[in-house]
Amino acid sequence: MFDRDKWQEIYSSLKSNKLRTFFTAFGVFWGIFMLIIMLGSGNGLRNAVYEGMGDFATNSAIMFTRQTTMPYKGFPRGREWLFHTSDMEALIKNIPEIDQLAPRLQPWGGNGGNNVVHGLKTGAYNITGDYPAINKIDPVRLLKGRFLNEIDLQNKRKVAVIGNRVHDELFKITDPVIGEYIRINGVYYQVVGVFEPKNKNINIGGEKDKSIFIPFTTMQVSYNLGDDVHYFLVTAKPNKSASVVEEKCMKLLAERNHVAPEDEQAFGHFNLEKEFKKMNGLFLGIRVLIWIVGTGTLLAGVIGVSNIMLIIIKERTKEIGIQRAIGATPWRIMSQIITESVTLTAVAGSFGLVLGVFLLEMINNMLASSAEKVKCSGIPKSISR
Amino acid sequence: MIQLKNIHKTYYIGQNSLHVLKGVDMHIEKGEMISIMGSSGSGKSTLLNVIGILDNYDDGEFILDGKLIRDLNETQAAKLRNKTLGFVFQSFNLITFKNALENVALPLYYQGVKRKKRNIIAMEYLDKVGLRDWANHLPSELSGGQKQRVAIARALIAKPKVILADEPTGALDSQTSLEVMDMLREVNQTGITVIIVTHEHDISMLTDRIIRIRDGVIGENIIVEKLNQN
Repeated sequence: MFDRDKWQEIYSSLKSNKLRTFFTAFGVFWGIFMLIIMLGSGNGLRNAVYEGMGDFATNSAIMFTRQTTMPYKGFPRGREWLFHTSDMEALIKNIPEIDQLAPRLQPWGGNGGNNVVHGLKTGAYNITGDYPAINKIDPVRLLKGRFLNEIDLQNKRKVAVIGNRVHDELFKITDPVIGEYIRINGVYYQVVGVFEPKNKNINIGGEKDKSIFIPFTTMQVSYNLGDDVHYFLVTAKPNKSASVVEEKCMKLLAERNHVAPEDEQAFGHFNLEKEFKKMNGLFLGIRVLIWIVGTGTLLAGVIGVSNIMLIIIKERTKEIGIQRAIGATPWRIMSQIITESVTLTAVAGSFGLVLGVFLLEMINNMLASSAEKVKCSGIPKSISR
Repeated sequence: MIQLKNIHKTYYIGQNSLHVLKGVDMHIEKGEMISIMGSSGSGKSTLLNVIGILDNYDDGEFILDGKLIRDLNETQAAKLRNKTLGFVFQSFNLITFKNALENVALPLYYQGVKRKKRNIIAMEYLDKVGLRDWANHLPSELSGGQKQRVAIARALIAKPKVILADEPTGALDSQTSLEVMDMLREVNQTGITVIIVTHEHDISMLTDRIIRIRDGVIGENIIVEKLNQN
């Protein structure tokens, strides 16, 4: 259905008004271009932040202890206190909304001196005593071997799962790794697994790739920690609010440990649900803004085109009159003008689309190549005691 | 061929109304060559618009080629114009970006005739008006007389029954005017009715009959032969 005369007419009428054609086309081009760029940047920002959070359970909360700030039940203010193993059972028993509960020990902070030795090599790493449930809250990707399991905890086995940086720094490429022993603060552990973090942006007490997980129970007895618990990580059951669970947990823990119920400073806590909601809200806001601005820009383009169409008709009244006189039907004339503007819009629009996508791809490539050097983070790098 | 009975036409501009045609009665036989004369504002252009189905009328009866023309929609009117009427204008009204051949072929284009076929036919008609060699020239490269001849060829190509010429010689010098009139006479001799609107006395004397319009009604109806006898 290619009608040479029709296109000839379109071509000549566009050509006879180069400036007007250019500005109309530019209006549409710019509208599409800006919309693409803005949508691209918005999505890029969101993806970057969400990717950093990986598979971290979004309905989870983390709690730890701090000095009390109020005297209570004969205890003075400024008391150092800790959770206890018995709190764990109490939490599970009393708060049915808890899905996963992972107590954690971290006796030497984020990176405690030269505490790990393998052969002739030593390094400072983040050592935590964990339950297998941790892998359901803040999952890691296993590269070799296995993660901690229930039997490890029951038998208080001296086993360790190490992060990929630990592996790279302490072991040679030729080492079998699995089955070898490392010494952590004087105690030997057999390496049973190597992992890499799935989410680099959320680190609870130290960088994950420089972490070593050992069984919680093993750590308690090996390092004389009694029944101390440093952290509780909990997730809420599906459709339950993590904030509510967090609230209930803290209330119960305060009661059991003789902390004043109104002493909010006595707890350190962090709720991913809340953070996620905040972030989701932020991104929704950005998205809405992008669409408003984008459609506004597009609308300006549309108005420009309709304006130009109006001028075209006004300008060509006489020509249209002649065409009518020699037998052109109204449909023929209408389709002529509509084809003209649609062609112009389509060409300009696809230019905008192509250029916009091209620019985004270019930025994408540039970022991908520099991603190794710069790790951007959406939320604090570590939450440490 | 053309019958007008008591045609009325009023234009409304805002709150003012302008009664232009006040009961025009006219009868034009097939194969006649007539001229319509009248001073400006007399309503002759309006009359031509009505006859050309470019405008409708308020009251009366207009029969073109045995068909009552009344309340046609734009598409029907366009088809009827294309088939039965040929237009020649004072300012030629050629499409500026199309060459002579394409201009002549335009009515066939609107009929949906294939490009090759319509160009062959258009060349024939250009030959008839003596412009075969100018087929590929744009209107801007033609003289006034040549333009008008292209316009006549364009008016003829759809084999109309009536040619409507609105001041066809208005923009031409007297020599070229005579040539154009000769051409229209030739067209007339093939059996096509020719209606020429003019205010030049010399031009009107070259037609068979002069209809004079005065204040929206037919003033005089003069047979040119009798005039010459006198």
